[in-house]
Amino acid sequence: MKNVSYIDRPNRPLFVYAVLFLAFLYVPVLFLPLFSFNDSQYIAFPIENWTLRWYRDMANNEPMLAALMNSIRVGAVASILSTFLGIFGAKAVTRYRIPGQEPIIAVIMAPLVIPGIILGVALLILINRAGITLSLYTVTLGHILVCVPFAMATLMTRFEGFDKSMEEASADLGENAWWTFWRVTLPMVFPGVLASLLLCFTISFDEFILAFFLGGTDPTLPLYMWGQLRFPQRLPNVLAMGACILLISFFVVFFSQWLVRRDPDSPKSAG
Amino acid sequence: MTTKQSFITIDGVSKHFGDVIAVDNVSIDIEQGEFFSLLGPSGCGKTTLLRMLAGFESTTSGEIYLDGKAMSEIPPHQRPTNMVFQNYAIFPHLDVSGNIAYGLRKDKLGKVEQTRRVDEALEMVKLPGYGKRRAHELSGGQLQRIALARALVKRPKVLLLDEPLGALDKKLREEMQLELRALQESVGITFIFVTHDQEEALTLSDRVAVMARGEVLQMASPQQLYNRPFNVEVADFIGQMNFFDAEVMDLQDDEALLDVQGLGQLKASAEGEFVQKGASIVVALRPEKLLLSEKGDAGDENTVKGELSTSAYLGSRSHFFVAVDGCEEPIEVAGQDAGFGAGESLQRGGEVWLSWARESLVLLPVT
Amino acid sequence: MSESVTGAASPAEQNRPETGWRSRLRAFYHGSEALQGYTLLSPTLLVMLFSMCAPFALMVLMSFWTQIGYEFDTAATLKNYDKVFSEPVYTKLLVRSLLISASCTFATVIISYPMAYYVAFHVHRRKMIWIILMTLPFWTSYLLRIFTWKVILGFNGVINSGLIGMGLIDKPLEFLLYNPTAVVITLTHAWAAFAILPIYVSLEKIDRSLLEAATDLGDGPMARFLRVTLPLSLPGVIAATVLIFVPTVGDYVTPALVGGPDGVMLANLIQAHFGIINNWPGGSALAIVMMGIVGLIAMTYIWLTRFAVRNIE
Repeated sequence: MKNVSYIDRPNRPLFVYAVLFLAFLYVPVLFLPLFSFNDSQYIAFPIENWTLRWYRDMANNEPMLAALMNSIRVGAVASILSTFLGIFGAKAVTRYRIPGQEPIIAVIMAPLVIPGIILGVALLILINRAGITLSLYTVTLGHILVCVPFAMATLMTRFEGFDKSMEEASADLGENAWWTFWRVTLPMVFPGVLASLLLCFTISFDEFILAFFLGGTDPTLPLYMWGQLRFPQRLPNVLAMGACILLISFFVVFFSQWLVRRDPDSPKSAG
Repeated sequence: MTTKQSFITIDGVSKHFGDVIAVDNVSIDIEQGEFFSLLGPSGCGKTTLLRMLAGFESTTSGEIYLDGKAMSEIPPHQRPTNMVFQNYAIFPHLDVSGNIAYGLRKDKLGKVEQTRRVDEALEMVKLPGYGKRRAHELSGGQLQRIALARALVKRPKVLLLDEPLGALDKKLREEMQLELRALQESVGITFIFVTHDQEEALTLSDRVAVMARGEVLQMASPQQLYNRPFNVEVADFIGQMNFFDAEVMDLQDDEALLDVQGLGQLKASAEGEFVQKGASIVVALRPEKLLLSEKGDAGDENTVKGELSTSAYLGSRSHFFVAVDGCEEPIEVAGQDAGFGAGESLQRGGEVWLSWARESLVLLPVT
Repeated sequence: MSESVTGAASPAEQNRPETGWRSRLRAFYHGSEALQGYTLLSPTLLVMLFSMCAPFALMVLMSFWTQIGYEFDTAATLKNYDKVFSEPVYTKLLVRSLLISASCTFATVIISYPMAYYVAFHVHRRKMIWIILMTLPFWTSYLLRIFTWKVILGFNGVINSGLIGMGLIDKPLEFLLYNPTAVVITLTHAWAAFAILPIYVSLEKIDRSLLEAATDLGDGPMARFLRVTLPLSLPGVIAATVLIFVPTVGDYVTPALVGGPDGVMLANLIQAHFGIINNWPGGSALAIVMMGIVGLIAMTYIWLTRFAVRNIE
């Protein structure tokens, strides 16, 4: 290609590196689905016989299905509430000049850099002292805490992406704040809202550490899996389950990221 | 390698971006010490041509010779050219001295010598003592000077300037034009200057190449370009111009008898091969070559009667628009305030006469 | 914001007589952009503040208590902290955690930088797909991504059975799993996708004409990288470092799954205090000490970030 300028001209070693990097990222993860079709209790090469029986087993695995439902419920509530909080926060910090904006954003984003175990034990102490029984509700609370920063980041990109004068035009044409939000702001940020919902759902669905500390007797799916890891004979079931979770997560996250980054000219960060 | 006589020879250079032809078989010779401008609307290929000179874009075909050497195999960092970027491209992580000294690393100057060169460069662009400042502390005009100093301190054979004055406001731009010209004369380096501003190109340059759609339409001195444009497009791009469709009725020696739409039959000196008996041509007249008056002589062939439709006050001068029978658009006339007090007494809709000197008529081919 | 102003100034409200202080308050509210902003922000901010401050305050308080069976003696004492600093095993685990985390951070940033660089400067079409591809794994199950390394490095795992299958070794290599190196590899894999984003963003922000200017002034590709690209992308590198170092110090899932006895980190000990050891005050003190030290290191970094950013902008 002689079409690109000197600075952007192709660099073959770097391209090879990029491919290797992606391989490093993806290949290890692909061993889980691969061995989930292995008709043996042991994870080892060579794979002699292929089977679908671990997947068939899943359909009859009552505790696993219960855990799945728990995860879906927690994920749905956590993602909706976090996105709600994210919309308020993102609109406030992108549309108003607020004194102390930077520290405020830092506080909201803090769970991103606080080790999960610290958040987990701190919340555990609070819940224990308040005399609240550990349950899926307490897990949901923990998940909202880790989801809000991601919801904020996703929505802020979207709010920054559209011109404030659109909202001003609506006000100028006679709509009040509430209707302006419904008729202009929300439709414009809708892809961001959807992306935030999907992303928060996946984060909650896959979250383990907080669920570990804050979970009661009803396990979420990752907790259930953790429990199964102790039994070597259950490993193939875990692999099949993991393969399904990975596949679904990949699709949901891909779609949510695609929504955020659709405009190829403005590659902005979501994290 | 061909030995070329000119200092810079652009020899049949083309640049294709996929299906888009950005530069189409351009050949230009530029002399040592010349102030040469590439003028044209955005997307005409002028910046691409400049970037090919700098080496940032490769040529699809053709060759560029600089001081007798073919450039296509030489990467940009080894070319004896330096560039002043449109947005100045001042390094934000370095101070002004750091920016100016950036290109001197390879020259292995001693610390003292390097400082002396930097101070000298700052002196040259009239910013002595600014060495410790950073980019965000400087105004657009100052950044521009730093960019100039940074490029000139390398003592390049050719300085390439990519619309360097485009981001400045009008007053500052005019000041910088004068300084730039003075600077070029004092350093004697060849300047190649890209701009879309025709006034800027005419003010600064020894020669101008007018470009459109990747081609050079005309290459000439500012005076020639203004007074003797090659075609309608150049004439239209440089300054204001009235155009009239015309037909060549008769051709005797160097004199053509024309039937000009709206102006009637008149004689003009025939220049160019397209002036053939029976041919359709375009006659062009600059607004400032027309004289407006309330009385006129109907017998004079270089006079026409019309009706004043509108006038526009432009401060230093006024422009009048005169509707003439047979012309689709009103004719634009420039009146100097000083010599044209009469203009103010003219009534809209009133009868006026336009007259011109025969030499002012410019004959152009139909495009 | 203007629409709120129009909303408030409806004719009905304008005609209604209002007491002076009330209308003044209203005018003050609508005239103050900051106040409206705070109102909108307050639900989010309050939820976040409460659910972080309250637990941390309690944790600090509890670290001065003593565990008695399933109850606490709430008389304030410093002996939990005393124990943290006097027991050599705690210090050892803390140092090991910091070392493992630092190696992992270093490895992650080093391998992510060229990738981010490639996408920022050499990908021109379908850039979005590349960005999504390289960050995607980060959003998927952390537990599974760690577990997969147990499968790969295990005694009967992918590498060992593969090598035996190819006849390269006779019996499984035991040094693959259950050691600090396994923890570093696993953590690096788990966090690489996260390091890319800040680095990519800082590279993408660099104006192309600055790179051209460097070239124009005589720099070859390497000199240009060292003198312009690297310094200008430093904020992204430092941000990535903080974003990975802090959470990985506190990771306990990875050491639990692939670390073995030699790979145990401080977080495992904290977790044990809330589990089998059943000494919550002791665990709180450990958590606070770890936070404090990590915070101190992170602060140094944030100071560095400020320093770098000030030099660049």
